[in-house]
Amino acid sequence: MVPGLAYFLVFQYGALIVNVVAFKDYVPFAGLWGSPWTGLGNFQQLFQDSAFWHAAFNTAWIALLQLVFYFPVPLALALLLHSLTWSTVRRFVQSVVYLPHFISWVIVVAMFQQVLGGTGMLNGYLGDAGLHTVDIIGNPDAFKPLLIAQVIWKDTGWGTIIFLAALSQVDEQQYEAAAIDGAGPWRRFWHVTLPAIRPVVVLLLIMRLGDILSVGFEQMLLQRDAVGPQAAEVIDTFVYYKGIVGGDYGLAVAAGLFKGVVGAVLVYTANKIAHRLGEQGVYR
Amino acid sequence: MSASVRPGWMEKPKPVTQSAKAVALVTVVALVCVPFLVVVSTSLASQREVVANGGWVLWPQHPTLRAYHDILQGGIVTHALGVSLGVTLVGTLLSLLCTVTLAYALARPRVAGGRPVLLLILFTFLFPPGMIPSFLLVKNLGLLNSYSSLILPLLVNVFNLIVLRGFFQGIPEELYEAARLDGAGDLRVLWSIVLPLSKAALAVVGLFYAVSYWNSWFYASLYLNSDHWPLQQVLRTYVVAGTGLTDTTLGDGAVNAPQTIQMAVVVLATVPILLAYPFLQKYFTKGVLTGAIKS
Repeated sequence: MVPGLAYFLVFQYGALIVNVVAFKDYVPFAGLWGSPWTGLGNFQQLFQDSAFWHAAFNTAWIALLQLVFYFPVPLALALLLHSLTWSTVRRFVQSVVYLPHFISWVIVVAMFQQVLGGTGMLNGYLGDAGLHTVDIIGNPDAFKPLLIAQVIWKDTGWGTIIFLAALSQVDEQQYEAAAIDGAGPWRRFWHVTLPAIRPVVVLLLIMRLGDILSVGFEQMLLQRDAVGPQAAEVIDTFVYYKGIVGGDYGLAVAAGLFKGVVGAVLVYTANKIAHRLGEQGVYR
Repeated sequence: MSASVRPGWMEKPKPVTQSAKAVALVTVVALVCVPFLVVVSTSLASQREVVANGGWVLWPQHPTLRAYHDILQGGIVTHALGVSLGVTLVGTLLSLLCTVTLAYALARPRVAGGRPVLLLILFTFLFPPGMIPSFLLVKNLGLLNSYSSLILPLLVNVFNLIVLRGFFQGIPEELYEAARLDGAGDLRVLWSIVLPLSKAALAVVGLFYAVSYWNSWFYASLYLNSDHWPLQQVLRTYVVAGTGLTDTTLGDGAVNAPQTIQMAVVVLATVPILLAYPFLQKYFTKGVLTGAIKS
């Protein structure tokens, strides 16, 4: 157990301590302890920075868009898969749709460029058919729908797992009893299936609330240069560009710490709400 | 082959519903598969055919391995492939070693301090240290431009740790007792009793680690000079960001690499995942994951 523990002490708690940089005017050659304290100076500067608030707004807006447009998709696919009585087909489709989850964001973005880009497949077909080509990749106005499409493509299959697990818990006899009592497929769906998966849906929705400040950092970073910060800056990319690219470590760490604290409070609150509603929550 | 099993009480489905479902399923499968097909086909086509078709090919007329031959000649991509394979292999082994021993210790009820240690670990899950502090730490530890910077900061994943701990806890207490009565020490019990019983869980966790090491590019961009880059970061720079190449094995001077070459790199970066995938699949069915996700 020693190497594993050492890892948590050095790379997790060690890095946690480095967060004091948020309260310092960090000068690399003076080091962590030699740099002068500035109290809350970095936070004051951060909260007056309109670029930060823009990034925070973008983050929350994209998280909300994902909630509305991505969240229902795995649920719908899970219901469709669950309704299949031909298990060979069901397993085949499951194998196919889980796969993109394991593909890196770099590859996903490269594939989307190849299919939807200016010289990609979609525009090739549109051009051949004499239709207007569409400007999707690298277009700030199309960026948010593109993001959602990428998330749907990559993670819908993976997202069905938890719903399918909930669906498989439903006692078959409930369906049978309902059918004998004269309930058709729709009424069985409404009165047996939906109540059975409600706890999972509520739980996942609440957990999304706790995660609202994190929207795919890698996905954003890979495409930010192409569409610009106005469309693609989120808190994580703001931290990256301020700190790693700009060298303003104090401000960047302050932004990261702000996100960490608000995120932890949100997760805590979300978990409390889950318990209040009588659900399990993530932890007790 | 298991055919359709319809319970007796269920009404025969209407043809309309049947066909709607079939259309939906075919669409879903096509949406997932077509991008893969376009990428593979373009990588296998001749550059002339790709250019003539406007930058992509759905099915190559005269398939050729030319692009693969070119990138495996010993240039940037060949080197990056070696880096990726090495980091994935070493990283996965080290991660498994650390995760297994820690999970085992945390799974035994009598280990002193087990509960507080577990809480400390879970806290890092709720409150991760953040990107810049991790970067400064790695820098101050002198790990910049060392391959260990791709492994050590990611050594133990809390989720994987909890999965393994849960699995170890599910092993009947009697087995531990019996082994100890026979005079086996803790490590001996782990090696001869616990690990052989946990093959499925170890496989899943190992594959998860391998996939995440293989797919990682961001830390390479933070910590390593470009001559140390793994495949995904090379792919990111030359394909996704479209940076021109100066390496002659990939193209001519500082121009974008030909589309066939770019897609061959994408395929190269995807193939190991595809190879590992059937094994991942096999263990899903054993319920290791669904059990873990539920808890």
